[in-house]
Amino acid sequence: MASTKIAPEKTREDLLIEEQGFDDHFHDHHHGDKYQSNFIMKYVFSMDHKIIAKQFLITGMFWALIGAAMSIIFRLQLGFPEENFSWLKPLLGGWIIVDEAGIGSLDPQFYYALVTMHGTIIVFFVLTAGLSGTFSNLLIPLQVGARDMASPLLNMLSYWFFFMSGCVMFASLFLSTGPFSGGWTAYPPLSALPQASSGSAAGMTLWTVSLVLFVVSVLLGGINYITTVLNLRTKGMTMWRLPLTIWAFFVTAIIGLLSFPVLASAFFLMMCDRGLGTSFYLSEIFVGGQALDHVGGSPILYQHLFWFLGHPEVYIIILPAMGLVSEVLSVHSRKPIFGYKAMVYSILAIAFLSFIVWAHHMFMSGVNPFISNFFVLFTLIIAVPSAVKVFNWITTVYRGNLRFNSASLFALGFVSMFISGGLTGIFLGNSAIDIQLHDTYFVVAHFHIVMGIAAFFGMFAGIYHWYPKMYARFMNETLGKIHFWGTLIGAYAIFWPMHYLGLAGVPRRYYRFDTFDAFAHFGAMNKFITVAAIIVFALQVLFVVNFFYSIWKGKKVTTRNPWGASTLEWTTPIHAGHGNWPGKIPSVQRWAYDYGKDGKEFVSQVEPLAEGELTDGEGGHH
Amino acid sequence: MTGLLIFFCILLIGIVVVQLGRLTELAVRIRGEGAAQLAANDFNARFGLFFMVVFLVGCFLSSIYYKNSILGYGPHAAASEHGVWLDDAFHLTLLVTGVVFFATQIALFWFAYKYRGRENRVAFFQPHDTRLEIIWTAIPALTMFYLVADGLVTWNKAMADVPETAVIGQDYMEIEATAYQFAWDIRYPGPDGVLGAKNFRRITGTNPLGQEWEDIENLDDQHVTEIVLPVGKPVRVRITAKDVLHNFYLPHFRVKMDAVPGIPTYFVFTPTTTTEEYRERLGALDRDGEPLYPEWYDPYDPAEPDGLKRYEAFNYELACAELCGKGHYSMKRTVRIVSQEEYDDWIAQQPSYYLQSVRGTDADPFKDKLLDFEIKDRKAEFNDNFNKALSSDVDKIIRLKYVNFQTGSANLTSLSRYELDNVVAAMNKYPNLTLEVGGHTDSTGDAAKNLSLSDARANAVKDYLTSKGANADRLSALGYGQDRPIDTNDTPEGRAQNRRTELRILTQ
Repeated sequence: MASTKIAPEKTREDLLIEEQGFDDHFHDHHHGDKYQSNFIMKYVFSMDHKIIAKQFLITGMFWALIGAAMSIIFRLQLGFPEENFSWLKPLLGGWIIVDEAGIGSLDPQFYYALVTMHGTIIVFFVLTAGLSGTFSNLLIPLQVGARDMASPLLNMLSYWFFFMSGCVMFASLFLSTGPFSGGWTAYPPLSALPQASSGSAAGMTLWTVSLVLFVVSVLLGGINYITTVLNLRTKGMTMWRLPLTIWAFFVTAIIGLLSFPVLASAFFLMMCDRGLGTSFYLSEIFVGGQALDHVGGSPILYQHLFWFLGHPEVYIIILPAMGLVSEVLSVHSRKPIFGYKAMVYSILAIAFLSFIVWAHHMFMSGVNPFISNFFVLFTLIIAVPSAVKVFNWITTVYRGNLRFNSASLFALGFVSMFISGGLTGIFLGNSAIDIQLHDTYFVVAHFHIVMGIAAFFGMFAGIYHWYPKMYARFMNETLGKIHFWGTLIGAYAIFWPMHYLGLAGVPRRYYRFDTFDAFAHFGAMNKFITVAAIIVFALQVLFVVNFFYSIWKGKKVTTRNPWGASTLEWTTPIHAGHGNWPGKIPSVQRWAYDYGKDGKEFVSQVEPLAEGELTDGEGGHH
Repeated sequence: MTGLLIFFCILLIGIVVVQLGRLTELAVRIRGEGAAQLAANDFNARFGLFFMVVFLVGCFLSSIYYKNSILGYGPHAAASEHGVWLDDAFHLTLLVTGVVFFATQIALFWFAYKYRGRENRVAFFQPHDTRLEIIWTAIPALTMFYLVADGLVTWNKAMADVPETAVIGQDYMEIEATAYQFAWDIRYPGPDGVLGAKNFRRITGTNPLGQEWEDIENLDDQHVTEIVLPVGKPVRVRITAKDVLHNFYLPHFRVKMDAVPGIPTYFVFTPTTTTEEYRERLGALDRDGEPLYPEWYDPYDPAEPDGLKRYEAFNYELACAELCGKGHYSMKRTVRIVSQEEYDDWIAQQPSYYLQSVRGTDADPFKDKLLDFEIKDRKAEFNDNFNKALSSDVDKIIRLKYVNFQTGSANLTSLSRYELDNVVAAMNKYPNLTLEVGGHTDSTGDAAKNLSLSDARANAVKDYLTSKGANADRLSALGYGQDRPIDTNDTPEGRAQNRRTELRILTQ
């Protein structure tokens, strides 16, 4: 233990910030620190964006483990339908049905509850809150050169609404009628009628309440992210100098702000149908031996409202991952991201298109086939900006000097997954092919690869890359690489075979396949998938172990800028306090991607331009 | 105990892995960061290349391995007209995306390998290249427009409704599939070719679809347990749901459409392959007489190794493809495609649900009258009996089987008039005919009362006939009571036979 603290050497960046930075008199007032006076204020009800980011991350990890464990349980049932699962009784109790022969199997009702919860948890709690919440919070103020978010209070509330949302959802797992079981899309009438499914009773009520709280969380966060990016950029940080991470978070927040309220509206109408006897989504229903009074509603209306969020939601998930990957690939290739402006325009194009493609989830739902023409057109156009992004990532690696570590490996893995999953989207977006593939395992394979695994890979790349900034330590590289290679191989082993299942016509959301001769003959494949899933799950546990172990025991960060990155977060002290920079805030002189320029490894954004030097991706010199 | 052992094993493996991580970290410290990073670059870049090769070869080989179970390949060519178009669109997309898939995955891992960090390498400062970017925006754009155009032509052709000029029942047939938790009700339109109206409020145990029996188009509709369709004839399936969303999914025909409560949907398709033809395809032999698809030669029921083989037992299946609750995975119906002749035979044997289960019950709005075809049938039956009696020398008696009275009284039931109208018509046709109306009872009760009741009933018939214009002089009425049974009085059936009204031809 060092008994005396040696004042750290001032780096060139420090001097530059002192010389050219902007003095906002932040530390004269100490208004940031009074909120951190005790443990509760510092670590629990914190208003510091860096702490809130960690809160989002660790909560997201908690939910990721639960959501993944659920998938393991239902995969066990699918892979080993004849096996005895009585040993799960201590955990699942009455949800394991034991037949006369003493063979215990998962209750079909609970199978559907697990599938539903898995989807809801991973989509919303992990890949929206855990991904966007973590990195938008961590990186927006740091990378735009701000002391904190525009409204630290709303930022804190954003987390606590997410926390409450999680509590409500968690409580629903213990209901005697079970958690909601109608699929994460919650299509009525199934979701609206307790008579149709026991999960649609209290489970659905809690599910809806939880997600409304979640929408509040997303909106509070989103308003903050947008305001911060627009108003708190430091001197010199023009929009065209923002790192791609910030562009991605910024656009993601806008998409969320425009689409999540629609989801809330959809839920509001659903609550009216469930509680007040209205008929927004219900019409001509005979259930439980009784004709209901609801007439004139349309179940398809809900699908329009849901997917008006639901489709942008997949970009809410994938855009931040794209931003993280762009940054990580560029830093570790020691090269500027290729085609920065094209990357920004692609993000904007994808974001715009994401709002006019929602009905491609509904080609076979009974909407007029004519209207599908437009949705096919817009959907397949998304392939163009997506392709541009892929080509640009690959070209970023091309002629680089790629430093292989867990972060850059996951970034490469992201690109591989995004290619594989993106290409299958071209099948599904084409309504003619979708007739056959809709609601089969092909869809399961597609979205798990392109927005599940890929988004997780983006998140992992981000965690490994910015871990030194979060905890002033590194995560263990060996474990990280085992985590990466195991997960890459394992994830393909899980989801690649599902394409074949789907192409053979096997529908998703089937508890058993043996009712149908057409679907019954893939037992070996289903076993294989389950085994792969268990291995991948174990690897994620390894990641969690590595994560927490490294917080206290990881290799210490000894230099401020361990990756040699040019963005502003690496100009802060290793242990950045509230307000991020101890003195002035930096002023920005150049774009974020001057790597390998003029023979220099990297040039920090605070470094003034040399005589005649061009920046912002315009090239070297006049 | 085993559980505990497994737990400790996993824990042990975990600890070993974590220790391994710590050790390598120490090794890095000893070796020096820079050298360790270079070694890591080499190892991971090579492993990435190795992974890429194994992955891509694996993708290729596994697709060959599963080819014959994929719809559109091997024996699984589409069994419907539009299905072939969809399969073609699939093949085109597979070709395009396949090329891109291999090219981009190879480029990604190859560049990562080739440009792995090395001691003296300097990254090339290349922020953008407008020409390249225009090229790789334009090529995907053009490709996508081609795929969109091709896809939309196929889509609009496949989803087209029947032409407006098409005649239902002739140019195409319409059937209905109604989904509910957790099965399908299949309804055929009957000889009129038209499905009758439904109302969900009318659903009961005996009216599972809520058919409105006032709508005469319902009266010939048939409820069937399997879908049987003639090959080569367009069929328009009306898809409805009673409770929640379902989906009418016929994988082999590339048919899929949600069943939505309150909003009927449709799918039009033309089966092109009979069940028999599909079985032959699955059981096809190659030139050497070996099965082309050996897996279809496995026994259908593993418990009976000598029973039917899988290809012999193959049937098209209808499944549900929209989550509908805990029994979603079990909504099966068999689909059989047959020749037109076989279909005609089969459909002729399917009874009308109305006539079989509703006719004459309280739910029947036509309980008190006869339907046109029944009037016609009964008239023919009466004329037949009448002509027999006319021409017979011995048996001049016509039993009026459809003339009935309310219990214990001489009031004719309303349906009796149809038969009596036939009698009036016969009397008009044969002006010299004179008849005796005879009333008979069974042996239950008091004989004297029975005699007077039979007399009253005979006279009620006579009165009705005269009220309809028959000449009273040509009619006599006589009650015989219980004295002339034609069957035993010991059984209810026998007694029902004995309670009767008869006509006897006196002169002709």
